Amino acid sequence: MKKLASTTGLCLTLALLATPALARPVTITTKMKPYGGDGAYLALYLTNAQGGYKGTLWVSGRKAKYWSHLSSWYRATRGAPAGVDAITGASVGAGRTLTVTVDLADALIDAGYQIRVDSSVEKNADRPAEVVAPLTANGRRQAVAGRGFVQSLQYDF
Amino acid sequence: MNRKVHSIAGLAFGLVLALFAGTGAILSVEPALERAQARPGGGSVAELAAQVAARHPTVERLERRANGVVVASFATPQGYQTARVDPATGADLGPWQPSGTMSWVRDLHRSLLLDDAGKAVAGTAAAVMAVLGVTGLLLLVGGLGGWRRLGRPIRSSGANRWHAVIGRAALAGLSVSALTGMWMSLATFGIVSDGAADTPVFPEVATSASRAPVATLAALREIRIEDLRRLTWPAEGDPTDVFGLQTADGAGYVNQATGALLNWQAHSPAQTIWEWAYRLHTGQGLWWFGLLLGASAAAVPVLAGTGGWIWWKRRAARPRIAGAMSKAEIVILAGSQGGATWGFAATLAKALAAAGRRVHLGAMDDAGPMPAAQALILLTATYGDGAAPASAARFLSRVGDMNRVPVAVLGFGDRAFPAYCGFAETVSARLAQAGWQELTPLARIDRQSVRDFARWGAAVGDALGLPLKLDHRIAFPEPTPLKLVRREVFGCGVGTPSAILRFEVPQGATLPCFEAGDLLGVVAPGADAPRFYSLASSRRDGFVEIAVRRMTDGVCSSYLHGLEPGDEISAFIRPNPGFRAAKGRAPVILVAAGCGIGPAIGLLRHLRPGRSSVLYFGIRDPGSDFLYRRETNALLADGRLSRRVMAFSRTGERARVQDRLRENAEELAHQIAAGGQVLICGGAAMARDVGEAFDAILQPCGLTVADLKAEGRYLEDVY
Repeated sequence: MKKLASTTGLCLTLALLATPALARPVTITTKMKPYGGDGAYLALYLTNAQGGYKGTLWVSGRKAKYWSHLSSWYRATRGAPAGVDAITGASVGAGRTLTVTVDLADALIDAGYQIRVDSSVEKNADRPAEVVAPLTANGRRQAVAGRGFVQSLQYDF
Repeated sequence: MNRKVHSIAGLAFGLVLALFAGTGAILSVEPALERAQARPGGGSVAELAAQVAARHPTVERLERRANGVVVASFATPQGYQTARVDPATGADLGPWQPSGTMSWVRDLHRSLLLDDAGKAVAGTAAAVMAVLGVTGLLLLVGGLGGWRRLGRPIRSSGANRWHAVIGRAALAGLSVSALTGMWMSLATFGIVSDGAADTPVFPEVATSASRAPVATLAALREIRIEDLRRLTWPAEGDPTDVFGLQTADGAGYVNQATGALLNWQAHSPAQTIWEWAYRLHTGQGLWWFGLLLGASAAAVPVLAGTGGWIWWKRRAARPRIAGAMSKAEIVILAGSQGGATWGFAATLAKALAAAGRRVHLGAMDDAGPMPAAQALILLTATYGDGAAPASAARFLSRVGDMNRVPVAVLGFGDRAFPAYCGFAETVSARLAQAGWQELTPLARIDRQSVRDFARWGAAVGDALGLPLKLDHRIAFPEPTPLKLVRREVFGCGVGTPSAILRFEVPQGATLPCFEAGDLLGVVAPGADAPRFYSLASSRRDGFVEIAVRRMTDGVCSSYLHGLEPGDEISAFIRPNPGFRAAKGRAPVILVAAGCGIGPAIGLLRHLRPGRSSVLYFGIRDPGSDFLYRRETNALLADGRLSRRVMAFSRTGERARVQDRLRENAEELAHQIAAGGQVLICGGAAMARDVGEAFDAILQPCGLTVADLKAEGRYLEDVY
């Protein structure tokens, strides 16, 4: 059975995310395909409906010199936002599952926002925005398939 | 010091290094295999990108791999796919799937499948490999007698020889692997930069423009396929996105509407250095170099095995008998390189102890005050060109700490080396200079001669006033039973009864491995030490053959001459790797007298027909002691022997081989200039005369016998 790669509860410092009273913990579960190869670097981030970057939720893979391969996220953040170290963990191995919990403002749900995932595997490929999951109440516990190294992503709150 | 570092590093990391090198050797074939799949041709990147995009509208990436294979990745309803494409036409050549096995081996090689902890081990192993390379090189240089002799033949046997020969051959490749591996490891841990962060800034592009056909993009039209590393397409429907472009020279972006090259950045020095380290380590893009490195890497498991064996043998050879130096009447100190000298020292110590003397046996490095000593006996080998052996490196600096007593110095060595017993001479001279009195004069033992050792022991016994019988037994291999099948006797009429004896193994027994020129050890009934005879055959011949002259008081030769066909003896093989015909096509000059013809015949039997070979053979009278007359005629007839020059000493001509050599001086000088090798088989007196003749012959070429010996081109098998 796939092991839990990471479980983290954290408070994001996103400007959008209002006061804690109006926020709720959202658990995002990202399951990797058994692609065979080194651990994947992932960037989980929030965009508006047009893909405009709003904030970083989680980064997997600690070596910043490889972050440019998470190309859409890297481009939007101009080389990673300040304070990203606090929401960075280990790269996620093939077949493993990453679980992170973030506090998101209620106002972000059903407001056209999307959770996106950029992924990159060394000596393999970069997959910008391989997952695009609209953040809606109805979308809870619905698996969204990835187009690259991610098997599926689902969130729950 | 070098030896200690080399041993400790090798013992501690031998297995780990064998694993890294073994996996590296497997990986080394990958670039060559991939290279075989590469197709030639191709115009500009724009052209190929357009051809591929026409077939695969969802193409997302075009990549030219280091070995020339071009692959394209595109989305399909089943997910992403990667296909090999023909750079000339853009046609699909089938799916591209990296080997899962190779990926696994690569992970094992890079990280032992343990991520960063394993990568740290890999980096450490590379550093240890570099240390082993440096210390190994210094040991080789010391052993061969200097940097300029590094290419000379290695004269040792068994594991020592294999370790040195293979280590020397693999040294360059292993050094490259180790240094580049270290660099890549340092880059992995951020201690040096690999330039991975030196990427160009993402450009700002206006949102209004629409995408132009890729074939028209100016920046891509200027780049040839051979220079491409990777082209990534902009996201569909995002006009602000751009093409990503990486080439052999740098990286940048291309505007999808205007075709302009944006934010181009040439490779930084850090990137260039890292790329070269990567290329030289993996052979990616240098497939033939990768294969060379792989061959070197494959040597590491062998080096680890032979190195461990050498260490064990050396350790086991060190005797454990030792009384306190402070109470010993006779102090014996040994300077040993490979362990053999320890064996002789132990025999001496036991014999003196048996004679009732209090003895201390130690290493020359442990020299110090000897308050009760009446005599000091030093037995020492020589390392390389006259240097101290492993256990005597500090001896000379300790001479001043010792109280002066009568001293005997015995050197061990190989007469074929220019610095024969050189360190023993240095020690003897230093002690004489410091006012030490001689117990017996400096003596030398050539190639572990047990007989000479016993003779020296008798002299030492006389000087000490006690009977000293040194019966040193070298550990001999398991004897093999041999049955005499043929016996031919010559020379009875001229006072040199010589027999050619051919043996086979009795049914059920197997022939051991041996080459012509190796030695057959025979212990005659009632004798306590073996006698050695040069072999006139190889294992391939299927029989064991020797030529033996009966000496008047020779126990063993009389015993062998008395054998009748069908009789059995027991004998063993002692390798003599220093006496072999060189490989290749250079001329071979064999000089033999009397029964020395045996090993010469053995070598000739396996020479390639057509290779220039001359036999100078000295006998007394062709009517009596012409050994191997029929055999040499046959060798002449089939071309394995080009010329036979005879010298008869008891006929009217009264000629010896050295006379024939002088008569043919011009031809010989010519053959030696052509890389020829001289092999001499016979008695010591004959070898000395032949040596003088060759020195005279070589003089016009500016060479000496010593020069040829140092190159392994003048070999003697002398008894």
